[in-house]
Amino acid sequence: MDIYSLEGKKKIIKEHSPKTKTLKNSCFAFLTGGVICLLAEALRHTFLYFDIDSKDALTLVGVTFILLASSLTALGVFDKIARHAGAGTLVPITGFSNAITSQAIDSKSEGLVLGLGAKIFTVAGPVILYGISSGVLYGLIYFILLSTGVVAP
Amino acid sequence: MKRIKKLNTPPRFISYSAVGGYEEKRGPLGELFDLCDESDTFGQKTWEMAEGEMGRCALNLALSKCNLSHESLELLIAGDLQNQCVATSIGLGTFGSPFLGIYGACSTCTEALLILSSMIGSGAVNTGACVTTSHNSAAERQFRSPIEYGGQRSPTAQWTSTAAGSFILSRDENIIAQSKFSSVEISDFMIGRIIDGATADASNMGAAMSFAAAESILEYFEESDMKVRDFDFIVTGDLGKVGSEILKTILDDRLPTASAKHLDCGNLLYDFSRRDVHSGASGCGTSASVLASFFLPKLETGDLRDVLFLSTGALMSPSSVLQGNTIKGIAPVIHLHSNAV
Repeated sequence: MDIYSLEGKKKIIKEHSPKTKTLKNSCFAFLTGGVICLLAEALRHTFLYFDIDSKDALTLVGVTFILLASSLTALGVFDKIARHAGAGTLVPITGFSNAITSQAIDSKSEGLVLGLGAKIFTVAGPVILYGISSGVLYGLIYFILLSTGVVAP
Repeated sequence: MKRIKKLNTPPRFISYSAVGGYEEKRGPLGELFDLCDESDTFGQKTWEMAEGEMGRCALNLALSKCNLSHESLELLIAGDLQNQCVATSIGLGTFGSPFLGIYGACSTCTEALLILSSMIGSGAVNTGACVTTSHNSAAERQFRSPIEYGGQRSPTAQWTSTAAGSFILSRDENIIAQSKFSSVEISDFMIGRIIDGATADASNMGAAMSFAAAESILEYFEESDMKVRDFDFIVTGDLGKVGSEILKTILDDRLPTASAKHLDCGNLLYDFSRRDVHSGASGCGTSASVLASFFLPKLETGDLRDVLFLSTGALMSPSSVLQGNTIKGIAPVIHLHSNAV
């Protein structure tokens, strides 16, 4: 057994480190993510039932789930659910809400400007940056395809 | 080069204390802790201040156990996990003792004890104290993600303990005679070397530290006159399940007798069936609190005679890991000997 070279050590570490249970985690994520989306759809239909415009209903669903996830984060419940749900709570808008709220709670002690203000997007920042960047990129592609007549408006 | 340093005047442990939080109270050693604050806040507004206060409580408890005033402390060596070791200066400044702040990641406890024992052994200091703290919430904030962030942890990840250990050592015969604890000494020590942990995965620090622990143990028995059979236990700091397995594999291959004597503080602190600790406890409070709550009382009564104690440290920063640098490990060794009759 080689315990002195980098390669030897890497091999030993690999042999002894338990792997993340990807299949189990994926199933849980599928179920919890599905349940969240199901609830959102039910909520959308509820809004529609009350004669709310379909566009507004979509916005209201998003806002409601942001508020819900944010509140659960503040109550210290969200991370306990997410521990099992994983990507199921991370991928929907609930994950984004949690990333911002949890960071805000954490940085509050360092002041409202240089603490909370400066650090609130630390975790969510990459999502905003690359979300907007890819929006711009796909918009550009769409524009080119549109102006060359490849796709119809 | 001789790495084991024998102390001509071995300092005695005249007092020690262990302080913990909510999860530590519920662990197998919970009842042995001197104080646990189940709110984890220690009455403070921020986690950073809570860690400082925890250290202050630990030293106060140790001082009161041996009826010593803080004015008798000629030297205070302490460290924690926060940037610039700030919890230590927040919590221990009020004692006004001459102070050395050290950083050895999770190896801080042994590092502090070996510096203090060499100071006492050389005659420069008569009585001094060591304090080591770590706080789960302060460490999460600094090294990982916000506390309430909903993420899944890797099965190799460890749980930073909210714990503090404090130790008072002396060579002064009057002070030793007055204290109800006096039988345990540090008879020799070996300073650790920086050993490459071969992984940049901050969720697998136990594995990264295991090579440093193995190097120290193998080197110690290579050089020492004492054999593995002379020791009751070989105790590592916070290798956790994964790191302990790797250490066991290496020892089985190179020094099979040592493998059966190995215990890890990271595996002792929490009840694995109860909570989401994954690979075990970590943090510099882990080895300090387990030493003060479990091993020292057993050595004091003579139930244990000789213990080789090595806290293990993962030397890294959040930036170094993101830049792809491998985590370095270190494992300083102290030899604890009981003179109990």
